[in-house]
Amino acid sequence: MEKGAAGQMDMNLLLTLYREMLQLREFELKVQELYRRGLLPGFVHLYVGEEAVAVGVCSNLHPTDLIYSTHRGHGHALAKGVPGREVLAELWGKSTSSSGGRGGSMHMYAPEYGFMGTNGIVGAGILLATGSALSAQLRKTGQVVVAFFGDGAVNSGSFHEGLNFGAVWNLPVVYVCENNLYATEMAFRRATKNTSVQSRAAAYKIPGVEVNGSDVLAIHAAARAGIEQARSGGGPTLIEAKTYRFQGHHEGDPGTDYRTREEVEEWKSRCPIKTLREKLLNDRGAPLESVEQIEREVQQWLEAAVQFARESPEPEPSTVADHIYS
Amino acid sequence: MPEQLREISYVDAGVEALREEMQRDATIVYIGQGIGPRGGNFRQTRGLCKEFGEERLRDTGICELGATGVAIGAAMAGSRAIVDEVFLDFSLEAMTQIIQQAANICYSSNGKIHAPVLVRSAMGAVRNAGPHHSHCFYAWFASTPGLKVVTPATPYDEKGLLKSSLRENCPVIFIEHKALYNTKGMIPEGKYLIPLGEARIHREGRDITLVAISKMVHIALEAAAALEKEGISAEVVDPRTIVPLDRERIAASIRKTGRLAVIDEAPAMCGFSGEVVALACEECFDALDSPPLRICSLPVPSPFSPRLESQVIPSVERVVKEVRKLMEN
Repeated sequence: MEKGAAGQMDMNLLLTLYREMLQLREFELKVQELYRRGLLPGFVHLYVGEEAVAVGVCSNLHPTDLIYSTHRGHGHALAKGVPGREVLAELWGKSTSSSGGRGGSMHMYAPEYGFMGTNGIVGAGILLATGSALSAQLRKTGQVVVAFFGDGAVNSGSFHEGLNFGAVWNLPVVYVCENNLYATEMAFRRATKNTSVQSRAAAYKIPGVEVNGSDVLAIHAAARAGIEQARSGGGPTLIEAKTYRFQGHHEGDPGTDYRTREEVEEWKSRCPIKTLREKLLNDRGAPLESVEQIEREVQQWLEAAVQFARESPEPEPSTVADHIYS
Repeated sequence: MPEQLREISYVDAGVEALREEMQRDATIVYIGQGIGPRGGNFRQTRGLCKEFGEERLRDTGICELGATGVAIGAAMAGSRAIVDEVFLDFSLEAMTQIIQQAANICYSSNGKIHAPVLVRSAMGAVRNAGPHHSHCFYAWFASTPGLKVVTPATPYDEKGLLKSSLRENCPVIFIEHKALYNTKGMIPEGKYLIPLGEARIHREGRDITLVAISKMVHIALEAAAALEKEGISAEVVDPRTIVPLDRERIAASIRKTGRLAVIDEAPAMCGFSGEVVALACEECFDALDSPPLRICSLPVPSPFSPRLESQVIPSVERVVKEVRKLMEN
């Protein structure tokens, strides 16, 4: 529970945010390792560096609230409560995940946790989230829907059409732009003249907020305001989290053909997990033992997830034509 | 005792289906341009806004991509959504949402998420609208797993198929024909459903099977009447839905007549006509007394000039001529 300003946040919440961000980080580094060893099929886009955004936002959501994610979506799934072992099983193409190995990294769904999917099509989730918010409004379910998307989506028609619908129908949706400055290799400043995503909110007459995407407490506070507004019938908010991916666009892209090493290192020095750890220990006086306990538990959690996914059976070939229509 | 019949137009049969289903299912929301107080560009939602209100009949600006994505998202969350593209041509703006999102979601989610969205639109050349308002590209949808494709030809089929489509658990591409909206036909007084995937034999015949959908059913029927006078007995079969396709009933007709002509308002290349011909080859090759015939729109963009447009689309005269030629061989 919170006591007010971010700086006064309850210690338990701070430790929870730390644990969740660390889970996302360690999970992705494990995915990278497994992928490089040739164990995971397909393609993966890692969320390393952006953990504060998913965790800061989703820590405000109810289990029944819905989120729509992107091609860089493992972190969103974990932050919304999808068990790590299920996410990893899906990346492995195994039958034991919610999507049963049919979706993989970019088409992963777990509606029982309010996770309405990663998405291989940039911007598509903005519209789907807006539509789900319409359904929630019409059926009076009290749900809030969050659309995560990157800076690569905001120059697409889906962004404009989605925010316009969300605004004009006053829907319970929060639009969260993870502006990591590059759409694949395209620098945002080269793709658009107005590089302030939040300023575009004015075009739709909804609030726009810019937050430090490396500061989980700032994101938590901004998201809380947007989610409360949406839930109370106040309509959408556009949140722009300035963030950065420490890795390349996808696993296999070194990420340094279009970014300088200095720039990458500078962002790494602002690592959201390291920053919160220092804040916990130095500013808030958290016992080192508590922090290290969390770090040990995250490793155990990860090992269990790997074992589960590795030992899980592959889908039965006879099921290949199941669920095409129902 | 035979059920009482009454006459109704194709467009009004659709409105009746919508009214009955919206009364029955409170989660139905209808999204599109001009479908609210105006009652639809083709009068295809006339009176519904007054009855169900603007909450459920939601007018939009001109943004088919957004409207379709929103409809699919609403369906994924628990509503049943109808999105009206008005003209089939305009669904192209929304193609990524239909093909990449709606069609895949149930399969990719292992059956966990359904997208019961009905994508409604009107196709076909009418009154020389030109290439941006005349297309018939149902084959693009039909070749995408996860979508059902419905193409009613009569008021009776329009009502029964629209009602059934609004009870499907998957996305349905429901394509009407602009030239049919004002046509009339008889329907039962009471409520009824027509299952998807059941072809309708419009006319029995002995010598050749004419397979057609939508407006081409009427061309086929007129051609069959003309051929009858020449001593050629044509059976007219309307699959009514392209997906699912009633392979059995089509094949049974071909086995009976020994000949097949497909009449299609779309061009022949990679289309519905080729699919039916392939079906004939796969299911009843030995029964064929002559090569299957395709009578399709010419492979040209829809021309504006009335004289040119009439050259492109299969006409009664062209069907009669080509069938006659086939029968002479």
